[in-house]
Amino acid sequence: MAAGVAAWLPFARAAAIGWMPIANCPMPVAPRDNSRKQDELIILNVSGRRFQTWRTTLDRYPDTLLGSTEKDFFYNEETKEFFFDRDPDAFRSILNFYRTGKLHYPRHECISAYDEELIFFGIIPEIIGDCCYEEYKDRKRENLERLQDDQEENKDIKLPNMNFRETMWRAFENPHTSTMALVFYYVTGFFIAVSVITNVVETVPCGSTANHKDMPCGERYTVAFFCMDTACVMIFTVEYLMRLFAAPSRYRFMRSVMSIIDVVAILPYYIGLVMTNNEDVSGAFVTLRVFRVFRIFKFSRHSQGLRILGYTLKSCASELGFLLFSLTMAIIIFATVMFYAEKGSSSSKFTSIPASFWYTIVTMTTLGYGDMVPKTIAGKIFGSICSLSGVLVIALPVPVIVSNFSRIYHQNQRADKRRAQKKARLARIRISKSGSANAFLQSKRNGLLSELLELTGKEEDEQKLLKSPSLLETQHHHLLHCLEKTTAHEFVDEQLYEHNCLETALQTYRSSSPAIPDSPVTTCCGRRRERNHDEANTTLPCSHLVPSHQDPLLELSAFQMQRCDLRSHHASRSKLNLRTNDRISCKSGRITTAIISLPTPPALTPDGDSLHGPTLRRAPLPSGHQAATAGLQITTGSCSSNIVKVSAL
Amino acid sequence: MSQCRKRCKRQINKVARYFYRFLMGTLTQDSVEDDFELSTVCHRPESMDKLQEQTKFTKKELQVLYRGFKNECPSGVVNEENFKTIYSQFFPQGDSSMYAHFLFEAFDTNKNGSVSFEDFVFGLSIILRGTINDRLNWAFNLYDLNKDGCITKEEMLDIMKSIYDMMGKYTYPTMQDDTPREHVETFFQKMDRNKDGVVTIEEFIESCKKDENIMQSMQLFDNVI
Repeated sequence: MAAGVAAWLPFARAAAIGWMPIANCPMPVAPRDNSRKQDELIILNVSGRRFQTWRTTLDRYPDTLLGSTEKDFFYNEETKEFFFDRDPDAFRSILNFYRTGKLHYPRHECISAYDEELIFFGIIPEIIGDCCYEEYKDRKRENLERLQDDQEENKDIKLPNMNFRETMWRAFENPHTSTMALVFYYVTGFFIAVSVITNVVETVPCGSTANHKDMPCGERYTVAFFCMDTACVMIFTVEYLMRLFAAPSRYRFMRSVMSIIDVVAILPYYIGLVMTNNEDVSGAFVTLRVFRVFRIFKFSRHSQGLRILGYTLKSCASELGFLLFSLTMAIIIFATVMFYAEKGSSSSKFTSIPASFWYTIVTMTTLGYGDMVPKTIAGKIFGSICSLSGVLVIALPVPVIVSNFSRIYHQNQRADKRRAQKKARLARIRISKSGSANAFLQSKRNGLLSELLELTGKEEDEQKLLKSPSLLETQHHHLLHCLEKTTAHEFVDEQLYEHNCLETALQTYRSSSPAIPDSPVTTCCGRRRERNHDEANTTLPCSHLVPSHQDPLLELSAFQMQRCDLRSHHASRSKLNLRTNDRISCKSGRITTAIISLPTPPALTPDGDSLHGPTLRRAPLPSGHQAATAGLQITTGSCSSNIVKVSAL
Repeated sequence: MSQCRKRCKRQINKVARYFYRFLMGTLTQDSVEDDFELSTVCHRPESMDKLQEQTKFTKKELQVLYRGFKNECPSGVVNEENFKTIYSQFFPQGDSSMYAHFLFEAFDTNKNGSVSFEDFVFGLSIILRGTINDRLNWAFNLYDLNKDGCITKEEMLDIMKSIYDMMGKYTYPTMQDDTPREHVETFFQKMDRNKDGVVTIEEFIESCKKDENIMQSMQLFDNVI
């Protein structure tokens, strides 16, 4: 029962008076409405805009947020109203839904924002009224397509562990991913063009020889053309076989349109090879050569416009069908009429109705070759009606096809534009993200420095150094820190990481491979142990070295490098070591960790960081790394050199 | 003969006008103007004070009733189609259109084809707040389709059929074809004192007052609003 007529329920119950005298048995007891509270006004405060409505209005839909007890969670005791921190404009249509029973979609609203509001208030979008449902569905479909586009672009990102076959398939599908793919793309394109041009030039008369005049080039330079053809077909065959090998689902690939075109393009050649000797079939063989023209369709892999055209035709299939059908009807009608009109006239070309088809088609499409013309007056009248109606019949479905094509074409253009802008967008997003990552690193360093200052007792410097971050930042950093502790890896600067990669790449060339433990051991206590024992080549905890996608060999060589440097400073560190020796805690471990880990590759990049910390200078650590040979000096922008030295230890 | 010629002339005129409009491209313009007449009927009820005097509802009750009424019929009057639609939403299984039609006739006291808020409220006032006599009177009025003061068997049969139609097809026990007719017989046996084949209002009220069940069910309407 629609909730809108709930107000008429008393009327319906009153109307039951008509049944009472008729009934033979007593009526059931009526339900008592014990909660005799008056209908009260409810105030809904949505981001400052107050909406008021009756409680019964909201109670009409008990399975939504406003109609159930869920809204009690939003009740504000002091102001005696329900406060929702949502968009007041979108709330209008939601409240109207309760009032009128119909949900409308405001056209100026963003579709995803509106969807979110609906989900929040527990209303299913399917009950959008008919007036707005089309628009809603259209916008939703566009949004979905855009999301799919984005997903497809994400696929371009190289996944780390793609085997050869997958790489090849990706290279085939998106030529822009690697240079080899691009080269292959252009080479095949060139050969397609060559093949098509060869086919065309083959038939051009090439000048006369002694025996025949005006031979076509194909017959004159048979060998040359044959070689050219063979070369092209070789290339095409190789390409097809490679695609077949690389395809993730060979069966589906073989059924796809492009593969069929490929096959049809190269098959005539092979059939020709097989059947040249047989004289009977050579006629059919000649016809097969016609199929060589299909090679031109191979261009659709290279041209997006062709693909769009094909897709348009496919999606306008019903309009095309209608066009065809109406044309056929009109042709038959007019051909019949013309035939009978011209039947009387002598030497008429309109010998039969099928013969008149040609005239009708030529006239309706306004070609007017003039090889068949009506001679009688009736014929001329009907001929003119025929040409006038032809214009009409053909003009009708064309705008539909054109608008479809335009829509798809613009969609593609938008997708291309998005893809082009994406790089810039991602770069900007990356910068702001790294800003927040650097905030964490900076605060970590600050934390270290503050601890060291505690140790060394320099209180004043500590106050000078630190600027107090907000509570939110502190909590967030604490969270990241817990994560570091959990995984026994650490966050590091991106520049440093890249610098590291270069270093280690160089290192691998120079140094001999050291004895490397196979599996990284991860504990922070391990590091402490290592510091205490001060061993050079034992199991180095590679914990804070990078996971999966880095070669352990490289990391270890970097580490080795570090180790050499560290040893040189052992003396200066010893004081610190002594002091912190007894304090077996991760805190002290952190100190050493910081020292060691600075040059190492990062464990994780803080993704999805919502905080935008101050964009810090990015370069301190690499320079510090280079100074490692000298003294592991780390310069942080805001610190004095004194403190730097301490932290360098 | 002259009539024929007149009619012919009118037809020819119409055809000529049609062709003219066909050639000028103004064929469909006429129909737009016709639609304007229908939907601009609007009705505002009398003031609440007056209604409060005339009916037995309190101000609050009138407010609730009017808000519900105006929600479904923003124009202020209900026509029969609307009435049937609203009523059918309460009985989804069966066909309540005939009973709704009878109800509409009963509510529409001034017989102008539409039920205004006053009609609505007066009717409800009688049913929900009236005396037993009032209520029985109203019921008799409902049954008496031609308002001649007595209920015939045919009228009763129509009413009975309309009530049984509201049940729909899926009932237990299954509906037989002659169930309404039998029910009418039972009714007449109970109500028709002098066995003259019609039930007058006095017979009706008297028999109803004597019946325990009917009296008890009349009490149901005290708590509807």
